[in-house]
Amino acid sequence: MEMNQTRRIVLRGAGSFGALSALIMAGVLKPTAAFAADWNKAAFEAKDTPAALKGLGAGSTADSKDLVLKVPDIAENGAVVPVDVISNIPNTTSIAILVDKNPTALSAQFSFANGAVPEVSARIKMGQTSLVKAVAKAGDKFYIAQKECKVTVGGCGG
Amino acid sequence: MSSMNRREFLQILAAASAAGFALDSRLAWGAGKADAFYELPRFGNVHLLHFTDCHAQLLPVYFREPSVNLGIGGAAGKAPHLVGEKLLKAFGLKPGGIEAHAFTYLDFEKAAKTYGKVGGFAHIATLVKRLRAGRPNALLLDGGDTWQGSYTALQSKGQDMVDACKLLGVDVMAGHWEFTLGDKRVLEIVEKDFKGKVDFVAQNIKTSDFGDKVFEPYTMREMNGVKVAVIGQAFPYTPIANPRWMIPEWTFGIQDDNMQKTVDEARAKGAQVVVVLSHNGMDVDLKMASRVTGIDAILGGHTHDGVPQPVVVANANGKTLVTNAGSNGKFLGVLDFDVKGGRISDFRYKLLPVFSNLLPADADMAALIDKIRAPHLPKLGEKLAVSEGLLYRRGNFNGSWDQLILDAIMEVQGAEIGFSPGFRWGTTILPGQAITFEHLMDQTAITYPQATLTEMSGEQIKMILEDVGDNLFNPDPYYQQGGDMVRVGGLEYTCDPNQKIGSRIQDMRLKGKPVEAGKTYKVAGWAPVAEGAKGEPVWEVVARYLRDKKAIAPRKLNQPKLVGMKGNPGIA
Repeated sequence: MEMNQTRRIVLRGAGSFGALSALIMAGVLKPTAAFAADWNKAAFEAKDTPAALKGLGAGSTADSKDLVLKVPDIAENGAVVPVDVISNIPNTTSIAILVDKNPTALSAQFSFANGAVPEVSARIKMGQTSLVKAVAKAGDKFYIAQKECKVTVGGCGG
Repeated sequence: MSSMNRREFLQILAAASAAGFALDSRLAWGAGKADAFYELPRFGNVHLLHFTDCHAQLLPVYFREPSVNLGIGGAAGKAPHLVGEKLLKAFGLKPGGIEAHAFTYLDFEKAAKTYGKVGGFAHIATLVKRLRAGRPNALLLDGGDTWQGSYTALQSKGQDMVDACKLLGVDVMAGHWEFTLGDKRVLEIVEKDFKGKVDFVAQNIKTSDFGDKVFEPYTMREMNGVKVAVIGQAFPYTPIANPRWMIPEWTFGIQDDNMQKTVDEARAKGAQVVVVLSHNGMDVDLKMASRVTGIDAILGGHTHDGVPQPVVVANANGKTLVTNAGSNGKFLGVLDFDVKGGRISDFRYKLLPVFSNLLPADADMAALIDKIRAPHLPKLGEKLAVSEGLLYRRGNFNGSWDQLILDAIMEVQGAEIGFSPGFRWGTTILPGQAITFEHLMDQTAITYPQATLTEMSGEQIKMILEDVGDNLFNPDPYYQQGGDMVRVGGLEYTCDPNQKIGSRIQDMRLKGKPVEAGKTYKVAGWAPVAEGAKGEPVWEVVARYLRDKKAIAPRKLNQPKLVGMKGNPGIA
């Protein structure tokens, strides 16, 4: 199917992964030793979004319509929330996904080398309703897109 | 158009009143006049007949519309959030007539006795046949919530409704409660029973691993020389509102982007009319209609709103009609488009109430229903108790049927607080009517019926009420799940729907004393969505209570004190 191909292209194109927390697609993507090399300890252990952004070197961020973040309005399962990010900003070299209300805000960071298509699909874990943010780096500038994703106890519908 | 019919209809009513008839049944109307009520002249060349959320009600029922259906934020004061006189006024319906009875709760008991029961597949079948006779090649669309809601549907895993819908001549179907029969059963029906007969469509269901489609997103039909695409939209929050473990490999969601792609694809393939058969719920449909372009009409359900006329929503490229066709077999929507030179030039819409006294039963359908019910008649007919008051379910906060369930599960299980889900299905019982086992199953027939007894802290109780409150009152429809507020027994509280999550629920009290965050309370409930839940089916618990009480006095509804809702036309 079209979707499978897209995802496979994404996997091939996504050059070197920075690091992945709470990764999705268990069994498809397996962490390897290579991931550890770029581990940004300060960013990934930051307790809140401002500190995580600082760890990423993103002192200031600008809103961009060219950064497309797709996340469900309501999560079907807070343990595996699908997030897709596509950056149409020229020369995008990294994309990070952050969840404001998670105990550690930075969920994932992806790096793109040699003109790889800056498009990622991830499954992140969310403990509660929160703003989800995508931050892209292009040149020495950082761009941001955000959307609320609700995590609910469920039941009672219809 | 419909106004013509309405005028005729009002004349009939006036004549009947002037002649001093008691308006009860066909006798008062005269058979010819009753038939005129359902005479809807053909308009145009594309004809869509639509019913939704019948909840497996094969026989005629009583069904009371809500007196509380609040709209919050941008939805305040707009359809479908209008009740009683405000609804009549907004749609130009005459108070006191048969239509006022169909669309509102006003004077319900008296009007129900006058006009009789509504719906019933044998009566719907007659109406469908009549409409099809005057509308060649009309499509019959079933919006879903069809295979759940009765004892026979539960026993047969939806087979009774599948057979009835095939006999009725359903062409296209969408879904929600269907999925609570489990993914395998749904696929079995779609791939075997429905094959070559009924198209089960859903653009927003994908496999959760690679995002492959599970069902066809849409079907293209040629009608009287016009290509018509019908796109399916399943209830987007099925895995949240209902047990996810029953459909573990599927993911849902609203999926605006994919809807747009599907519309564009259908147009590119020559569709001159594109409609969505939706189980979003009306508020979500209204928002979707403003964001996705190229849809001529969204024929909606889920929220069970009987809306007499479509809401016309403007978007970037045109306009989309949004309808909602009520529930429990009470209504049949008729949408006619006139397509000239590849474009829609005009439309007519009428939401016809199905009064079973005014439509003779179709013999074939009646025979099928008899056959379905025959093995179960002794069980269905068991009289558990007599109700002295009106028992109904609809309303944002509580209904007398829900209160009765709460009273039963709390007393039988020795709980101080009760929670009952805010379902919108379930039929109505008039004062003096016996409550049969069948009636009880109309309120409780689900595939995860366990009655539960849980110890919860005051903090957890507050969290649950806030969570469900946000599903109902979040001002952004895409964050709503449809359904109503969880019904609460024992616990008193104040609700301020205009607040944000965390601040809507206030002043929680038990027997006058404030509920303490750290204290533990015994809470009775039912319908747990978690896998492996244990407990007796709730109908057994309630049946024991009813048999023991024999006579059920009118219920005292436990409803929250409301803040900030004064003047809202969504409350009586």
